[in-house]
Amino acid sequence: MNHLQKQKTGPVIHIVKRENLSVRRQWLIRGLALTGALLSGALLILALGHNPLAVYRDMLAGALGSPTVRRETVKIAVPLLITAIGVSLAFKMRFWNIGAEGQFLMGAVAAGCFAFFMYDRMPRPVLIFVMLVAGMAGGGIYGMIPAFFKAKWGTNETLFTLMLNYIALVLVQYLQNGPWKAPKSQFPKMPMLDDRARLSKILGVHWGWVMALVLVVLFYFYLTRTKQGYEIAVTGDSIHTARYAGIPINLVIIRTMFLSGALAGLAAVFQVAGSDYTITEGTAGGVGFTAITAAWMARLNPFGMLAASVFIAILERGSNKIQTTFKIPSSASEVLTGMILFFMLGCEFFMNYKLVNSRRRRENP
Amino acid sequence: MNTLLNLAAAAVLAGTPLLLGTLGEILTEKSGNINLGVEGMMFMGAIAGLSVPFFYEQLTLEAGASPSGTAGALMALAASFAAGAFGALIYGFLTITLHADQNVTGLTLTIFGTGLGNFFGEYLGYQAGGYAALGEELKSAFHNLSIPGLSQIPVLGKLLFQYNWMVYFAVILALAMNHFLRRTRLGLNLRAVGEDPAAADAAGINTTRYQYTAVIIGGGICGIGGMYMSMVTTSGVWVHNCVSGYGWLSVALVIFSVWNPARALLAAVIFGGLTVLRLYLPIPGMPIQIYEMLPYAVTILVLIASSIRQRRENMQPKSCGVNYFREER
Repeated sequence: MNHLQKQKTGPVIHIVKRENLSVRRQWLIRGLALTGALLSGALLILALGHNPLAVYRDMLAGALGSPTVRRETVKIAVPLLITAIGVSLAFKMRFWNIGAEGQFLMGAVAAGCFAFFMYDRMPRPVLIFVMLVAGMAGGGIYGMIPAFFKAKWGTNETLFTLMLNYIALVLVQYLQNGPWKAPKSQFPKMPMLDDRARLSKILGVHWGWVMALVLVVLFYFYLTRTKQGYEIAVTGDSIHTARYAGIPINLVIIRTMFLSGALAGLAAVFQVAGSDYTITEGTAGGVGFTAITAAWMARLNPFGMLAASVFIAILERGSNKIQTTFKIPSSASEVLTGMILFFMLGCEFFMNYKLVNSRRRRENP
Repeated sequence: MNTLLNLAAAAVLAGTPLLLGTLGEILTEKSGNINLGVEGMMFMGAIAGLSVPFFYEQLTLEAGASPSGTAGALMALAASFAAGAFGALIYGFLTITLHADQNVTGLTLTIFGTGLGNFFGEYLGYQAGGYAALGEELKSAFHNLSIPGLSQIPVLGKLLFQYNWMVYFAVILALAMNHFLRRTRLGLNLRAVGEDPAAADAAGINTTRYQYTAVIIGGGICGIGGMYMSMVTTSGVWVHNCVSGYGWLSVALVIFSVWNPARALLAAVIFGGLTVLRLYLPIPGMPIQIYEMLPYAVTILVLIASSIRQRRENMQPKSCGVNYFREER
């Protein structure tokens, strides 16, 4: 009796798992989430006493308004995209690599060994090639360290990779204060790269952008069409299934983390040799973390990451512009990316579940 | 001897924000939620804890009155708690109600909170025309205390009785949380939720309410830890990126203190000591970067050591990282 009464007053809304939502509806929900995030951002801008439309328009103009700023936007997007692809490999395996920042810096330092000290000992194409390989090796090996301990003892990789970020940063500080300090400089900073160690340009931007596009296609196929990609997916879905299927889990973890770190290191070479022409504490500048948001916004799809990276690059570039025009601090881009990702994470729920009026359901079973 | 005494006192001061962050995260994880947004919540607490007293000071000075240090300190406490709790509420809504991935949501909270803290920090600087700094009256509310009689005892006085009020606040909080988790019904229920939400639910415990409460209060405590950074560590001045890694160290300290608030006291003092070692035990010729690397390198070593010898009673609450969904039992 009591039980029946309770059912009537029970929750009206019921959560039910939803199967196979059409692609169009998925994009509709994501579009709504993005709009929600931009509206929340608009509220914040409004609260600071500015006109949101004017601020957003200024952001777009600052990021896409002229060929010069468009080139700058692409320069931000390239390392971000390559790092995001790297991060996504680990995330697909449910290995929480938040150490891309450190892997990026180690890639930069490894490439710097050749770019700073060996630039006059080999022909230019060889030098660039060696720098790329060194960058990948530096980032890759740095990524393999936590993977080894994770595979062997199950050491918490989230904190391990994160702590390695700080250690890499301190290493760069050490190098710029001592051994690698520019000889004539009063400040602790490294010298500028020799012209021979700088990347050539295609359509006004270093050729890293072509490489990034190639990598998008390459890793789309790697993840969806190759044995190794399949092994990553299975290990991520269920470690038990992977073990049962005879997948060498430890090997997969270490190999994938090498690739993940290597991509971050590769991105660093493009940043150093194509954009900054030196190494500083700010060389990575948070790209390892932004890459995580880019990867997750795209639900780990390489083509989606291309769109997400360009979008975030527009935000970053645009917030530099609004800092000068409106005196709105440039950290606005981080706040906005955070908001967008919050909305994206929230909207997944509405793709996987639907809300059902439980009273109506009970009436017609 | 004197150096060691100074080091110990400095370690306690430097360890207090770590302790608060660790306590907040312990409470959160006890409910089966890993919130990797500690760094973000600390940033949110840091800016809220600085800006509310800052505006209070501006307003009272404009009105021709003089601001009270105690009122300012209470406002900082309340504002930082609210800001951290707000961050945790976003996290809780996404993970508990909307079943979003805990790791990614926490990371996003860190990015968002870091951005928000620096954003308003710089904004406050623009408002103040340069950088935002508090006046003497409000700053002195966070200075070390001098307790008549007790603070003058040799050695013990320096070691125990001359810190700012937040140190004592954090220690009492740790002991209270220890008691709460072990000795009270609510605490035991909370632990049951964290270990096995389905069983707790079947036993009639409202798991959702417990999880939300623990996550939000835990986030608030992290926020207070962030306020310590902006009010004590940088003494009332906004420094860009002032929390810089303390939130992440706190997450690691949860593991070293094996989810035990009382042990967190010890872990926090040790790591506080590691962060200030350079000032008290300088070794000639050693690059300062070696010292700066220490807390992070030691963290890694302890992570590895604790993963090699895992014991059953020293483990993370079992349902951590997994969202509980009633309909999927």
